[in-house]
Amino acid sequence: MSAEARRKTILSVVLAVICVIYVLPVLTVVINSFKLNTFVKTDTFALPNAESAAGFSNFIKGMTFGNYPFWKSAAYSVVITFLSTTLILLFTSMAAWYIARVNSLLCKVIYYLCVFSMVVPFQMVMYTLSKTADSLKLNTPWTIPVVYLGFGAGLAIFMFVGFVKSIPLEIEEAAAIDGCGPVRTFFSVVLPMLKPTLISVGILEIMWVWNDYLLPVLVLDINEYRTIPIHIQYLKGSYGTVDLGATMALILLSIIPVIVFYLTCQKHIIKGVAAGAVKG
Amino acid sequence: MKTLFKGAGGSSPGAQQISRFGLLFLGPVTAAFAIGFVWPFLQGIYLSFCKFRLIRDAKFIGISNYVQAFSDSSFRHAFWYTAMFAVVSLVLINVLAFAVAYALTQGIKGSNLFRTVFFMPNLIGGIVLGYIWSMIFDGILSRFNTSILLNAKYGFWGLIILMCWQQVGYMMIIYIAGLQAVPEDMLEAARIDGASRWQTLFKVTIPNVMPSITICTFLSLTNGFKLFDQNLALTAGQPFTILPNGSAVKQTEMLALNIYNTFYGQSTASQGVAQAKAVLFFILVAGLGLIQLYFTRRKEVQQ
Repeated sequence: MSAEARRKTILSVVLAVICVIYVLPVLTVVINSFKLNTFVKTDTFALPNAESAAGFSNFIKGMTFGNYPFWKSAAYSVVITFLSTTLILLFTSMAAWYIARVNSLLCKVIYYLCVFSMVVPFQMVMYTLSKTADSLKLNTPWTIPVVYLGFGAGLAIFMFVGFVKSIPLEIEEAAAIDGCGPVRTFFSVVLPMLKPTLISVGILEIMWVWNDYLLPVLVLDINEYRTIPIHIQYLKGSYGTVDLGATMALILLSIIPVIVFYLTCQKHIIKGVAAGAVKG
Repeated sequence: MKTLFKGAGGSSPGAQQISRFGLLFLGPVTAAFAIGFVWPFLQGIYLSFCKFRLIRDAKFIGISNYVQAFSDSSFRHAFWYTAMFAVVSLVLINVLAFAVAYALTQGIKGSNLFRTVFFMPNLIGGIVLGYIWSMIFDGILSRFNTSILLNAKYGFWGLIILMCWQQVGYMMIIYIAGLQAVPEDMLEAARIDGASRWQTLFKVTIPNVMPSITICTFLSLTNGFKLFDQNLALTAGQPFTILPNGSAVKQTEMLALNIYNTFYGQSTASQGVAQAKAVLFFILVAGLGLIQLYFTRRKEVQQ
């Protein structure tokens, strides 16, 4: 038994070492966000010292860096992520319930188109989609959620239909006997039961939309509207050289909310990701 | 009770009542889906057979876009580069993820903490990841007076390291779920029969987690083929080489980035070719998806 115990201790130590290596990249970002630009490249892995320390100047500079205010890109990221996720959760759950219960030919066609859309890479539709979105005025942070609903419907419907099929019909029949119409049945009986799937799908959509770069950069007018990934990409794109200290400060600011979100909803996130593993 | 709800023609009780609300329940998604997927997809296929700068003056020219796409040396280079990247990252990610998942299901202390840390990079977006790692690689390489942008080898392995860092945690979650579902009595039986640890691993555990292995294999394969953000942010395809015929090939440019650059690059006359490349890319990725479906279905039947 002591051999077994020793094996476990060695394993723990090895994993702990890997763990430390795993967080090093994030720590490097933290260190360098407090360093003057010229030292980021030459002394990347050294702690800031008297010579290289920049205090909070990178963060202050970062706010207006790249000819675009950082807080604006953060605000647009929040707006787009929130609206898109809400829209997707509401409308795809409604559609999925209808598809699972009515099961007509039209329903089947829509369902299989949704499944099909999951294997289509974004590059296939990116050019035509951005032109269509432009001509329909879906090119602002307030309207781009419609594009996200359209392109993201596949996975959400697939997951919701799978879950709705496992709900026993008797519950909805009871609601109907009590005088509920389909609309009320859905909103006050079915929707609450969908809660675990709503959380899973919601987390997948939040992670997708928040980190998405290509769709918003093609659809939005980027002189006017930028999300955080667009903002960070254009820090480098606009000039030959870039202030690496300020870039790291912005990167740190943009991953702090993600890490807080992760640590608070960790269980749901891991469950949601495992449930969504069908999509490549 | 059920007879009360058997509507004529409805496939489930109450279906007829529900179907009257089709516009409300199905309308919004169908409209958005048509705008966001169906129409762009069909238009994309049509435009791959056209010459155009603006969609409204598209002219049908047959398959010449496809001929041009196949004869484009940068596209061919991107294909082989992407395929090699996908296979190498597939092997490394899955071996590492399985090893970590196996270690974390041995009941050691701190498993939850380790799992939390290993999964974390997944939540960081591709663009941000690319810049974090480009700073780290250049921090190391600048000591040797070079940069990740100067040597295609650095770009390739750099992207592999980045993808391992990001994806090992994700695949680990799927493997942990698979490993936890291995029946305890089978492991017990192997132990009683005197099987060694390695025998148990290869003869009992691995055959039982085959469904997870199939899922992870294809996920990492398609992720590798579809990679864009990380590729753009880490090297953006650099360095270049100039071919004898004068055309420039970006050494570390993957398929998705090649398509993007053909659409929005210097030459504005190549949108048709770019769309043809996109269709070929779609066929490749969808093909992988179908093969995956075939394998997962077959496994399900066996069980």
